[in-house]
Formats: sequence, C-alpha cells, structure tokens
Amino acid sequence: MLRFFGSRLLRAAVTIVMVVTFAFIVLRLSGDPAQIIMGADAPPEAVDAFRTAWGLDQPVWLQYFHYFGAIFQGDLGRSMRDGRDAIVLVMERIPATLALTIPALLIKLGLGIPAGITAALHRNSFIDRAVMLMAVAGFTVPSFVLGLLLVLVFAVQLGWLPSGGQESWRHAILPIITMGVGGAAVLARFTRSAMLEVLGQPYIRTASAKGVPWRAVVWGHALPNAAIPTVTIVGFMVGSLIAGAVVVESVFSWPGVGRLLVVAVANRDLAVVQCILLLVAATMVTANLVVDLLYGLLDPRLRNQPKRATGAA
Amino acid sequence: MSAALVTLKGLRVSFDGQAALRGIDLSVAPGESVGLVGESGCGKSVTWLAALGLLPGRAQISGSVKLDDVELLQARPHVLDRVRGGRIAMIFQDPASSLNPVHRIGKQITEALRLHRAMGGAAARAEAKRLLDQVGIPDAARRLDAWPHELSGGQNQRVMIAIALAGRPELLVADEPTTALDVTIQAQILRLLQDLRRDTGMALVLISHDLGVVADSCERVCVMYAGRIVEQAPSARLFSAPAHPYTRGLLGALPPLDGPRRRLAAIPGGVPEPWAMPPGCAFAPRCAMHVSACDAAAPEQVGVAPGHRAACIRATLPASHHQAAYA
Repeated sequence: MLRFFGSRLLRAAVTIVMVVTFAFIVLRLSGDPAQIIMGADAPPEAVDAFRTAWGLDQPVWLQYFHYFGAIFQGDLGRSMRDGRDAIVLVMERIPATLALTIPALLIKLGLGIPAGITAALHRNSFIDRAVMLMAVAGFTVPSFVLGLLLVLVFAVQLGWLPSGGQESWRHAILPIITMGVGGAAVLARFTRSAMLEVLGQPYIRTASAKGVPWRAVVWGHALPNAAIPTVTIVGFMVGSLIAGAVVVESVFSWPGVGRLLVVAVANRDLAVVQCILLLVAATMVTANLVVDLLYGLLDPRLRNQPKRATGAA
Repeated sequence: MSAALVTLKGLRVSFDGQAALRGIDLSVAPGESVGLVGESGCGKSVTWLAALGLLPGRAQISGSVKLDDVELLQARPHVLDRVRGGRIAMIFQDPASSLNPVHRIGKQITEALRLHRAMGGAAARAEAKRLLDQVGIPDAARRLDAWPHELSGGQNQRVMIAIALAGRPELLVADEPTTALDVTIQAQILRLLQDLRRDTGMALVLISHDLGVVADSCERVCVMYAGRIVEQAPSARLFSAPAHPYTRGLLGALPPLDGPRRRLAAIPGGVPEPWAMPPGCAFAPRCAMHVSACDAAAPEQVGVAPGHRAACIRATLPASHHQAAYA
C-alpha cells in the first residue's frame, strides 16, 4: 500500500513539473512581456530596463533554473503589472471561483447521477429517452453558448436575474446553472452506461436468483460496482474546481481565477499565469490521487495482489 | 411419481418476436433429479430463467409455471422473491462472474440467510461457515472474509452452491455448473451436488450440453431441441432405447467406452434459426427417418414406454428400423 502510494506520489510530482515546464517554455516563446506591458511605443531603453529588472534578458534555461529555485523557497514570483506576489493575487480570486464551482459540482452530482441511474433502470423507456435527449443537448451545447442563451432569456427578456458581475448571490445563479447543466449531462451519460454495464453482469442475476428484492439489488449490488467507473469522472470534476470556470467567468464577468488567467495570459504576466497553472496541475493531480485511493476502497480486486487460495477446489 | 413440485405447462418465450421456447411441458417431483440436455441455444437455460422471472424485460413469456399450486409467471415481485433462493435456488455457468466482486464471500452467503431464514449477526456467520464446510471449502472460517477474486473457479462454484443451500431450497437448478471448470473439478462439483441432494432431499435440475454429465447424475433426462423437449425418459432407458432420432443422433456422436473403435456419427446440418423454423418437426430437415408427414405439424409427445415419451411421429416404430437409419 505504502509503495503503491509512494509511486503515485512520485508520478504526481513529475506531472506537475512537466506542466509547469511546458507552460514556462510556451509562455516565453509566444510573446515578449516587456513589449506588451510597456506598450508598443515605449522607448527601447525603458523596455530594456524592464527586461533587466525582471531577468528576461537572461537565457531561458537560466530563467527556468531561477524560477524552480524560487519555487522551492516558496516564492512563486510577482506580477509584472502591479508588482504584488502572484500567489496573493491568485488566492484572492479563489473564493469567488469556488463560490461558482462548488455549487455547480453539487448540481452535477445531484442531477447527473440520479438521472443516469434512473435512465439505466428504465432502459429504452420514455424516461430513458427523455433523460438521454436532455443529456446530449446538455453536453453538446458549449458553455459559452448556454451562458449567453441563459443571459438572453433570464436577464434580457425576463429581467429576473443580472447578466453579469458579482454584487449579490443572485449574480451567481446563471453561471452556476451554466456550469452545472453541462457537467450533469456528462455525468448522467456516464452513470447510465456504467449502470447498464453492471446490470448486465451475471452477479446481478445471482442476486435476483437468491431472492434479493430489486431495490436492494440496485442499491446493494449494482450501485457499488457502477460507482467504480463513475468515480473517475467525478474526480476529474473535482480536479477542475479551480480552473473549470475560465469560460463561464469570462461570459458573466465573474472576478475569479479563470478571469485572472485570461487577463494574465493576454498581458503575458508570466508569474501569474505560471502560478495559476501550477495550482491547476496540483489540484488535478491531487484529485487523481484521491481517485486512485478511492478505487482501492471501492474495488477489492485493485487493493493488493490477490492471495489466490492454493490447493484443489 | 408423487405430486409434482414444479410444473411447467406450455411455457413459451420469445425475444423481439423470435421464439426461444416453443411450448415446454415439464414437471419435477420432490427430491427428483432431472437432467436437461441439448445444444447451446436450444432453450434449456431460458426455460428455468423464465420460470423464475430472471429474464430481461424484453422477453415475452406465456404459459404456466406452478410451484405446488402457486402460479409463478404472473406472481408479484414479493412472492417471487420468497420463492427465489427460498424454495427454488439456481446456480450458473460462470462462478467467477456470478459472485459480486465488491462483497466478501461471507456477506453474500449471510444475505441469503437473512432473506430466507431471518438470521443475522453471529448466528448467520456461524451458519455461513457451516455451509462452506458442507460444500467442502477448507478453512471455512477464514474464507468468509475472502473476496471472490481470491478464490479459484471451483471454489467460487462451491460458494455459489453454499449460497443456494442457504435458503434450504426444495429444488436446485444447476445451469451448466461445471462447464467453465477443469475436468477434475467438474467431477468433484457433480459429486458434491449428488451428495447434497442425498443429504438434503432437495430436487435437482441439472442443465448441461453434456449427455455424460447428465446420465451420471440424474434419474430422468429431458432432451431439448430448438425450444422444445423432444424426448424424456429415465436415464438408463434413454441410453438403452432412445426413441427420438435426435437423441439417437446425440448418442451416436458419443465415443463408446467398450467394443471396437468406430467412426463417430455426426448429425448432418445445423439447428434451424429461430426465424426459419420448419413448419412441422424442427428436426425434420436433419432427420434420416424424415417422411412427408413430419412437415405437417410439430409432433406431440407420445408414450413409448412407461415414463418414456418422445415427440416424434415415428418413435413407436420398431428399433430395427432406427438402427438401419443410423448404421
């Protein structure tokens, strides 16, 4: 168990380093922050001075080396725009993002999983078709389209809810629904297929054959097995709690991490972008790690090497 | 034969309009052992899955299945749940996937004890251990906490049998219980089923595609072909004096244990597809004794001898006739 966990931990660390390295290189290849931040008609001496001040005149490998050295001392760099610590800037935005993504996650789970189970239990019925129709609609419509559509109906036409901003809880409703619907649709489809797969297994027939009432077959025998693949997709959703709202935050001008990322990329505010990507990679990797541990809890076959009983039957 | 425990009458099953069972009449007496043989797809498993309401919803079922005097086909779910595992238990072909991988062995046995004998806690656990002992699993106390994937196929089938015994059923339906197992393990499981039947007095229906398996284990054998029972007789009688040309064909395909070596006789042709059933006897196109009357209607079972019936209009012809046809 410890060895399993150790190797997973090492893999997680490698993943994070790779993400950060990739971001570091791409950001430096795709534009000059000095030019963008100082403006196109800034005097060349000012631009050069900016480069020297931020160490951008050094070779990329040296910058990279310095960057990693700093990370291990807990220094994630400062924003080139206002000079504040990148980590502080990002942390300020996290509550706003979580205020959207956590309720949206609850909608995904609370709507998607029961819908998928219901559809599977009534396979090929009207309910199944209705759920699947909604699910397909839910995840084929991109979130920015759905967001704009909701704004059009509930803000512009009906005037019930604000179209953007963060002044009150009412401002959060449309972005939360926008994110929740798409995720619920994905989860409904996934849960349905996981349930159908499990319901076709011989052990479900065995449970019925020994007289277990159908409700108990579903709860006690089918769901624990269907949970195993479903956990993967839920883990992915948990992993995107921090960074899953980039598009929706932009549509609804919600001042969260996603908007900060968009602005920072546009400005080539390197430290802020890297800080966000590091955070995103860390959350995703942590979520995956938790999923791996949950697998072990849910599926005894994965827990450890089977100690196969010896001798004859 | 005493009053029947289970009686199937005119049992028909079809899937999406394609007939899988075309009228099964069969009864099982208390304590009796009946073998059901036939090629795969002939409907032997479907018969008992249908009787216990274990077929998927798209199956259309008609006819009658009576346990004592209780009709099972239209029975309400709670009635069926009492019968399944309580009065009629069933075990299946692939023991490894027939046990739930996320529940320990012990839990899967005690679940049946709780449902049918209202046992719980330590009493259920003790009884589960006794059942594992009874089906010959060594170190039973420790095995209660094992997961299905930690046991071999043969041991899993023993666990399945223990679960089946938990409700003290009057009938155990064993659907190809040894097909997925090694030959040596097969013999052990069959012996176990025999011993349990002798010790508990329960009836046994053994479904198999293997005539040899059924002949050894069962007092009476029913031969199925294309969704019907074409012949039934006491085991010894079926082997010594088969009346239906299909049964004779099956026996002809078995290698003899004594006497000179001979070429095994294969039955020409194949089983007709459900959507292309011949109008009369389903075996007629492959039958060496075929006459035009065979195509008129599906033949009813006729008595050949006491306890021996065959669904063939030519079954009552003298044996010499048949031998000529299958020489």
